Amino acid sequence: MNALRNFLDNVKPKFQEGGKFAKFRSTFGAFETFLFTPNETNKCGVHVRDAVDLKRTMIVVVLALMPALFFGMYNTGYQHFRMTGELADVTFWQIFFKGFLAVLPIIVVSYVVGLAIEFASAQMRGHEVNEGFLVSGMLIPLVMPADVPLWMVGVATAFAVIFGKEVYGGTGMNMWNPALLARVFLFFAYPTKMSGETAWYYNYSAEAAVDGFSGATPLAMANAGNYTSFADAFFGLIPGSVGETSAVAILIGAFILLYTGVASWKTMLSVFVGGIAMGWLFNTCGSAENPMAQLPWYNHLVYGGFCFGAVFMATDPVTSARTEGGKFIYGFLIGAMAIVIRVLNPGFPEGMMLAILLMNTFAPLIDHFFIQANINRRKKRVTIKA
Amino acid sequence: MSSKKNKEALLTPLGLNNPVTVQVLGICSALAVTAKLVPAIVMGISVTIITALSNVVISCLRKTIPLRIRIIVQLVVVAALVTIVSGVLKAFAYDISVQLSVYVGLIITNCILMGRLEAFAMQNDPWPSFLDGVGNGLGYAKILIIVAFFRELFGSGTLFATDTQPGINVLNHDFVANAGYVNNGLMLMPPMALIIVACIIWWQRAHNKDLQQK
Repeated sequence: MNALRNFLDNVKPKFQEGGKFAKFRSTFGAFETFLFTPNETNKCGVHVRDAVDLKRTMIVVVLALMPALFFGMYNTGYQHFRMTGELADVTFWQIFFKGFLAVLPIIVVSYVVGLAIEFASAQMRGHEVNEGFLVSGMLIPLVMPADVPLWMVGVATAFAVIFGKEVYGGTGMNMWNPALLARVFLFFAYPTKMSGETAWYYNYSAEAAVDGFSGATPLAMANAGNYTSFADAFFGLIPGSVGETSAVAILIGAFILLYTGVASWKTMLSVFVGGIAMGWLFNTCGSAENPMAQLPWYNHLVYGGFCFGAVFMATDPVTSARTEGGKFIYGFLIGAMAIVIRVLNPGFPEGMMLAILLMNTFAPLIDHFFIQANINRRKKRVTIKA
Repeated sequence: MSSKKNKEALLTPLGLNNPVTVQVLGICSALAVTAKLVPAIVMGISVTIITALSNVVISCLRKTIPLRIRIIVQLVVVAALVTIVSGVLKAFAYDISVQLSVYVGLIITNCILMGRLEAFAMQNDPWPSFLDGVGNGLGYAKILIIVAFFRELFGSGTLFATDTQPGINVLNHDFVANAGYVNNGLMLMPPMALIIVACIIWWQRAHNKDLQQK
């Protein structure tokens, strides 16, 4: 540890104002604060500071994602061996290792590409490097299908970070959730690799698959009228994007987020309420011919990305509504809209992604009306007294 | 005939005063017709011809047009020219006119046209007006062609393809497909045109201090 500290202290002057590598100040700063707690103190005045800063918050979210990630790895291996028909011959660890091999490259690509752009843009603007990408870089692999080509992950990450985040001013200024932007980019740019029956299986090939193998996701099957049982979808050994299949793993993450207060329970709860309300509405008044409308409301909550979106995407503090009342409306509309898209447009089975991005767009508007209402209420109070 | 002012009228719209990237006019058609290069080029030429000729006509009439009905007069002139161009396209380049569909007719509402008539032709002689029209039309065409080049290359893997002609095949080869490359479907959708236009604007402002907002 001391050797590392000494090394950093030795090279530090080169990176400071006037030094040889002064240009790379923020890159150096990022590594230094990554390795050691900054020992800088305020020079004037006393400020009360909380131990929870951006870095701590981000780490909590990454920790909360771990159950979904590990389950996703296992499930990726499981689905792969289900496709090849070897499920009876492999051990638990073989399954997990297969999934690990499939998911790890996606994580590496997403982090390398995203962090490279973050560092480069911080460098160009002379800003400090922000920790915002730590979470996005982990979310991106979790919303990808297991068989996605790695270069597509790279292109989508670059697109999301540059056009979703850096052009708006970097971490904390983005309109849309970068991870969802990466997914929506791939969804529209390369639909053959992002949906259908084969994208969910690592190393899928027609030769490797067993005879009569069908790889449709629960949502695609529900479109055809075959409902996956609630329990199967709840535990999550079903085809789907890496991290989205298991409601159990996601709920563990949700518990961590709520217990530490990182995510808002108001947003999370109202997404589920919105989904339940809309699902129930379609159950009672929807067309009998549309199998999606007749899908029981509780199944909607565990199919596809609904759970994952509600817990990890909708609660993103940057892109969600920030007023306390606004969070209820924002969340409710996400849940309701996701079900509407799923039911009424079979072309977009993954309504959750589109619903969250749509409501991200409207979050500032919701906030505006809530703040304005508050101002008006207070104004009224003043004039009555006077 | 080729004074400094005339040169400026012709050349600044190509760069520092580009109608699309600097004045941000004519965006709607720039999104609509740039999925392929050929329609973009035809659209660029049509707009250039119509802008130049309508500028000349309005410039000739500018002293006799009553101010209160000038917009109507301008519209009539533009509409007549649009009808002629649209008829010529239908007669000699039917496939492309089908691809361009309503957008040739909609040139009449193109902001660049009305903008140049109001801002330039109403105050200037026919010759500078003509140059101004040609310059603005070419400035518009230039952006359309750049956008269409990237959209067609990465969206369809071809260049200069039309409905009847295959054009130049750039990326649709077996060895490219075997390497794992897939054409980007998002490039064929209008949002990507907006993003490419934004990138051009970004690049241009980054290289021209004068265009940066304070």
